[in-house]
Amino acid sequence: MSSPQGVEKLEREHLVWIYHQMSRIREFEERVKRTFEDHPGVIRGHTHLADGAEASIVGSIATLGPDDQFFTTYRCHGYPIARGTDPNAMMAEIYGRRDGLCKGLGGSMHLTDVSNGFLGTSGIVGAGIPHATGAAWGAQIRGKGQVVLCFFGDGASKQGAFFESLNIASLWKLPIVYVMENNGYNVHTRTEQEDANRAAGDDLSMKAKAFSMPGVTIDGRDPLEVYEIVRAAVARARGGDGPTLVESQMYRLSAHGNIIAPPGVPLHFPEHEAIEKFGAPEEYEAAKQGDPVPAFRGRLVADGVLTGEEADAIAAEVREEMQAAVDFGLASPFPEVETALDHVYA
Amino acid sequence: MAHELPYIAAIVEAIQLEMERDESVLYFGQNMATTENEPFVDAFGKDRVRVTPISETAEIGIAVGAALAGFRPVVELYMAEFMLVAMDQVLNEAPRFRGMSGGQVKVPIVLKAGYGFTAGWAGQHTGTLTGLFMGVPGLKVAVPSTAADAKGLMATAIRDDNPVVYLHHYLLTLEHGEVPDGEHLVPFGEAAVRREGSDVTLVGTGWTVDRALGAAERLAEEGIQAEVIDPRTIAPLDTRTILESVEKTGHLVLVDQATRHASVSTVIAGEVAEHGFGSLEAPIVQVTGLDATIPYSEPLEAYVLPDEDKVVAAVRGVLGTAPVTA
Repeated sequence: MSSPQGVEKLEREHLVWIYHQMSRIREFEERVKRTFEDHPGVIRGHTHLADGAEASIVGSIATLGPDDQFFTTYRCHGYPIARGTDPNAMMAEIYGRRDGLCKGLGGSMHLTDVSNGFLGTSGIVGAGIPHATGAAWGAQIRGKGQVVLCFFGDGASKQGAFFESLNIASLWKLPIVYVMENNGYNVHTRTEQEDANRAAGDDLSMKAKAFSMPGVTIDGRDPLEVYEIVRAAVARARGGDGPTLVESQMYRLSAHGNIIAPPGVPLHFPEHEAIEKFGAPEEYEAAKQGDPVPAFRGRLVADGVLTGEEADAIAAEVREEMQAAVDFGLASPFPEVETALDHVYA
Repeated sequence: MAHELPYIAAIVEAIQLEMERDESVLYFGQNMATTENEPFVDAFGKDRVRVTPISETAEIGIAVGAALAGFRPVVELYMAEFMLVAMDQVLNEAPRFRGMSGGQVKVPIVLKAGYGFTAGWAGQHTGTLTGLFMGVPGLKVAVPSTAADAKGLMATAIRDDNPVVYLHHYLLTLEHGEVPDGEHLVPFGEAAVRREGSDVTLVGTGWTVDRALGAAERLAEEGIQAEVIDPRTIAPLDTRTILESVEKTGHLVLVDQATRHASVSTVIAGEVAEHGFGSLEAPIVQVTGLDATIPYSEPLEAYVLPDEDKVVAAVRGVLGTAPVTA
């Protein structure tokens, strides 16, 4: 199984790779969520899960070449998994341990893996958009054909950082693709309550018109559609023709994050906002019917790409891998307290 | 060898030399590089020297991203206040990434901005905003007071692997000074003793260094020998040189254009009160800007700023030759 890395035609091994990565992300996030119940107190602060976004994440990351780079939001666990980051180090980071990806200094919201082109993660909505844009400027100057993927949410598209950055990226024809993951909610607010385009019945990708760049809205639950569209946008960026805005529509299958509570109150994931806040369990149930992970499995089996047994074997392997990540994270000691001061200055 | 240059030209010279030396140095901002015949565009090309829209959040954020990707951007911001529309990037992005990544990345950016332009610019373009930046771990803050330091601190800022807020004082823009030729680096965290003296220690930053020196000249006529210290960078802050001076003089007067509780003075006063209390023969006195929005009208503007008279009066006060008034 190998990453397509931008190939035109997807072979069987690529399709299986996509399914495998989607499964790994889902299982990792399930393990993070279960940690709140199985090991209370191990995860602190605020944690955001990527369940529901797997198809969009993997379909996008699959288009990247080895020297390409990407920036994400604080909902950042999925991308590095698809890119090849060690899930043991990721889980240890989320648990605040010495063997964490960032030595326990960053936690869930700030995953970084420079060796895989993942250059840093801001926890502030929209703040990573100019960072990705700056890295794309660097890629343009370097002139070696690198492309940057910039992931952000629908909520971030109301930040000034979004407007300022996309204007410059289009003006300078930077090699970047902006992937807006529209999961229907900005924290606990529905998109039509805070987005003028959505409220008027328009797609959010129409914002691209303001910057004279292509904008396209896609079904972010279909990894092959995501792959096809993002691959074309990456090719365009690599060719020097500038950025594209892709609105990838999906549904977040967990609540925005775990509950926000002072120390001493056990943390957990509440029900999704559709149920908890808007009293619309039918909306959530419908979204579950469109869950991209089982949907893609069903499609691969129906198309004869995978047998049911092969799909089960992948699921078993992934369960084992992520159980090992939990075990690794729990076994890793806390960092020495003095390391708190190790990386204040370079 | 040295040559005479205005303060602002010394800064430009440093940027130019560093861009010649290291092709990863970028220079960009608003209202620059708009024609082909500008010297920086001519010398370094439009890949490395660019005009931006009026988009401070993107300008500074793009600098952070380019730095994460291996470049050394210098952002021309013109006025320190323009950073206020992008404070997330300045205070909560640039200085955080190294720590949050466990040391995987560095963010070598320079945010070049003028400050303290108390020349009739009224309430929103005159601030001495040093206090906003100096308490943020991960950020460094340079405040040159001479042309030579303007050059040397800029060169050091560009070579530093951390984000640096480089604040040049607008009232010093055309002040001439001797500037060393060629490579000139002023280390961060090393104060300069601008004048030696045994009776009282004066500490100023930026434009108030000259106010302190002027006051020291007048005090010398009264037989009072003031030592004048210029920290040159306020993060890192060279408290040792200040403490050693206070140990010698026993008296400390701090001169700062900022409003009192947002001033470097207050930080220095705290450090000396904690670590140099035994040396003090009288209370520390701070001569700071008054707590007001800087007024437009000239005599009102002057009223709220520190000046030589206020410094002289404060020194007489701490030495017991007049009542303390500050």
